[in-house]
Order: sequence, then structure tokens, then C-alpha cells
Amino acid sequence: MGLLREERTIKLPLSREFTAKDSEYDAIVIGAGMSGMAAAIRLAMFDKKVLLLEKHVISGGLNSYYGRGKRQLDVGLHALTNFAARGERRKPLTKLLKQLRIPYDELELYGQFESQVSFPGINLRFSNDIELLKSEISTHFPSQIDGFNKLLAKIESFNEVALDNETIMAKDVVSEFIQDQKLLEMIFCPLLIYGSAWENDMDFSQFVIMFKSIFLEGFGRPRGGVRKIIDLLLKKMEESGVECRYRNGVEEILIEGGRAVGVKTTRGEVLKAKTILSCAGYPETLALTNEKTSLNPAVGKMSFTETLFSLQKRPKELGLNQTIIFHNERDHYQYQCPQTLIDPKSAVLCFPNNFAEDDYQEGIYRVTMMANYDKWKSAKSDKDQYKSEKDKVLNEAKRVLSHYMPRFSQEDIIFSDVFSPTTVERYTGHFGGCVYGSTDKSRDGSTPFKGLYLCGTDQGFLGIIGSMLSGISMANLHGLMGQ
Amino acid sequence: MNATEVRQIVLDIIEDVALDEDVSNLNDEVALREQLDLDSMDFLDIVMELKKRHKVEVPQEDYPRLATMSSCVEYLTPKFQ
Repeated sequence: MGLLREERTIKLPLSREFTAKDSEYDAIVIGAGMSGMAAAIRLAMFDKKVLLLEKHVISGGLNSYYGRGKRQLDVGLHALTNFAARGERRKPLTKLLKQLRIPYDELELYGQFESQVSFPGINLRFSNDIELLKSEISTHFPSQIDGFNKLLAKIESFNEVALDNETIMAKDVVSEFIQDQKLLEMIFCPLLIYGSAWENDMDFSQFVIMFKSIFLEGFGRPRGGVRKIIDLLLKKMEESGVECRYRNGVEEILIEGGRAVGVKTTRGEVLKAKTILSCAGYPETLALTNEKTSLNPAVGKMSFTETLFSLQKRPKELGLNQTIIFHNERDHYQYQCPQTLIDPKSAVLCFPNNFAEDDYQEGIYRVTMMANYDKWKSAKSDKDQYKSEKDKVLNEAKRVLSHYMPRFSQEDIIFSDVFSPTTVERYTGHFGGCVYGSTDKSRDGSTPFKGLYLCGTDQGFLGIIGSMLSGISMANLHGLMGQ
Repeated sequence: MNATEVRQIVLDIIEDVALDEDVSNLNDEVALREQLDLDSMDFLDIVMELKKRHKVEVPQEDYPRLATMSSCVEYLTPKFQ
């Protein structure tokens, strides 16, 4: 990083070089997750002096990867939503790539085959072409297809990213178009579990973001998975001159007279900045200020376990071609924090080999289940209990996988691992190990303090593309415009 | 700086901002938005690049004057003198 600092100094206009003190920045960005990296790049692209602080040793935040032996495993991200083909215009993905000046081809993005929502006795298949979902609804819910087409028209004309949309609950809106409760729940299932901080429902703007990103645009995977995205962002950070410090958490956001003026790091260093963009989350960011405010954003309740298996056999060899399966065993789908450590009756199964190209050396199987943070937190205090609970999750994951692949066999497993809500908490710093942030969002990124803004999940854009667009929009709005 | 040079400066910026698009066959009289995948965020980028590279400032009320290539050249050429 020392080299980066030097290059940056050379690029600075002379007047700034002599006046700017080393510890004074135009902007400090808290957290090198997807939104923080994107925000830092945007600011640095236009010659802002930017410092990105990350408490861990690697970037990516919730969406990251880790190595075990020669194996490199993705965590968090199942698939890139918002798939767009090369040359497709006015899509969130192309907007994001343009704003960060990353050529589409560098992403090496491949589309999914096909995914499905599986409820007792019924499967709804969908792909990156909405016609498949429409024909599935015509077949299984013939009385609902007209309503679904009208819902599609409403969704397509809705501006979900307007920063002043009022909060209305999505099920109230959607039930005006879809009367069949089962179909409604099947439509909501992937959208809730891939992004909702609320239990069992979500804000309509967020519903539209998720609907477009999953059903209208669809799933893709960059060659190399999440690592590819992180590497592209790191390269851009270096090119644009972002100073990034790892193992530097923020202990306190310094407030003077109602205005954020800088941060104190976990190393005790005081760093000043005109603007602070925080990706730490809404309640987490306010807690860092040590100031009392009348705002009390809720801590989100939704957390998850994730189980990973490496097998010698690929899903296709076991007869499975789907990319993602949203699995539910109940008559009524429940998207809520379970009373037990996990909810074994519902899961998301992800098969990253099943994209248009397969760059893995082996078969990869990922199973995500809703989990109760408090129960995992108390299990964590006893090492043996924690391990035994993780083994139970592993067994439930195997059971669900065997439901779709009767030939899924213990003997073929060469590696397995389980993440719990406490793992999420450790890597993201989100209170309660919550994955989709607070149920209270700040759409324009504002906080009670001047100069302190939110970006990332608690600003309210969802998914990995959404989080990067959040960083970009907030950097544009609070760091670049009108300056 | 003459109009041809200013056109090249604007073209270089547009090429970088709309990085996956072919800008070699632009019609100077047709709105850039209609020919390229450019939205308001991208026009902001064009304005910021003009400032960053050439110290040329475009106040917000003048953004409509960047609608076509020929209106860009007409509006910006005096600012490059």
C-alpha cells in the first residue's frame, strides 16, 4: 500500500500536495465490502483523496472467498443477479460497469441454465427468459396468468430506485394482482430469501428491485466466482488511487457540533475527512458515533447458515441440471427467524457448476438455511455443542440434497464446511449476524449527522449489483455532485 | 482550439464513459442518449471529466446543451479559448 500512496502524491495537483495534511482526506469509506469498494473507486476516479478502512485482511465483506488447501471457496454470493448479455442497454449491471469503467468482457459472465421454486407437490421453473416463468404459471395456475401479466406491467414501469419512494408492503400490492396464495408465496420465496431484511414481506420498492434482478434479468456467474468481482474492484482501486488499509477497523466516528469530522481507528489513529461513507450498517454506524439520537434503527433478524460440499461428482453426473433450487417443505412458506437453531424445512440449494460454463475442478454444492442468531451465539460458547450443532446442519443439508439427487452419497464427499450466523457476524460486523441489514433503510443515505452517509444494504439497494450501485449512487450524491 | 479539436476531446471522453460502445459512427445532430447507452449518471461523468481533464466547468443549468455532439461543440468551444 505504501507504493499506492506514493503514486497518489505524484498525481495530485501541486497546490493540494503542499496544503493537504497526510491524515486529512476528502472522504473516508468504512468497510471494503462491495458497496464500499465501489464508492471509493468513484470518489478516487475524480481525484478525491480517499481512504478505505477495512477491519479484516481481505475485502468483499459478506461476499467473499476463502482457501482451504488448493481449494478456493466462495461464501455469501450464490450467483450474480441482474444478468445482462453483452450490449444490453439500460440494465443495472451495464450501468454499474460503466460507472466503474469496467469493460463487460472482463467480467466473463455466464448465464444460468434454469432454476426452480419447489413447494410441496409443485415446481415453478424459471430462467433468464421470463417466458419460461409465464408458461409455468399458465400451466400450474391458469386462472392467475392474466393477473401475473398485469403485475409484470406494473413492475416494468415502476422506478424502484427513486430515492423518495414511500414504504408500502409488497404483499398488499401483489395480492391485488395474484389471488392464489400459493402462487404468491412461490413468487415471493426467492425474492425474500435473496434480499429481505423484513420477515415474510418486504417493501414494494425492494420487491421490484429483487423481481427485476431475479425473474426479469436473472442469474449469472463470472468465471472464477466472487473472486473475479473482487479482483476487478481491487484493480480499479489501485488504478484510481484509493488508499486501502486492512486490519484497520473504526472504533469511533468523530462528531463535532452535529457534523462528522473523522474517525478513530482500532489502532488509535485519528483521521480527518470532509465526508464519511459507512457501509457498516445503519444501527452499527450510529453506534460508532457514541452520540445519542432519537433514531433507533432496528437490528435485522434474518441470518443464515451456509453448508458447502465438494464432491468428486458434479451435479449433472447425479442427474441434476438446475442452477438454484428454492426449496420449501411447508404448505405456507415461512421467511422468518426460526425458533430453533435452523429451519430445516426450507433451504436454498445452489449448484455453481450448472452455469453455461463450468470452471470448477470438482462438484460444488451449497445449501443455505434460515438460522437463529441468538441460539447460535449461545451454542458458540461451548465448543463441543457448537460443533455438534454444525454437524446437525450438515446432515440436514445432505438430506435436502438427497431429495433432489437420490445418488448424492457420503462416499463422494471430499470436503465440507458449515458457516453459522456467528461467522457472518465476525466477518461483517453486522449486529445479530444479520445478512440483509436493518428493516429501517435510509434511501438517500442520510444520517442525523452532516457529512456521514450510509451506503450498502441499509441504504436499500439489494443484491450484489445493488450494493455496488448503492456505493456508486451515494458517492455520486454525497461526494461528487455540487462540489 | 478549433471545433474539430473540441469534438475530438468530447469524443475521447464519451468513449471512456460509454466504454463498451462504438462511437466511431456518431451522428452529430442526433441526441447522444438516443445513439448510446447514456443516462443522467453518465452525463454527470462527462461533465466531471471535462473538469478533471480540461478544467472546463459546466453548470447544471447548461447540461441540456450537451444533448448532441454538435451542441456540445458549439457550447464548449468558447470555453476552450
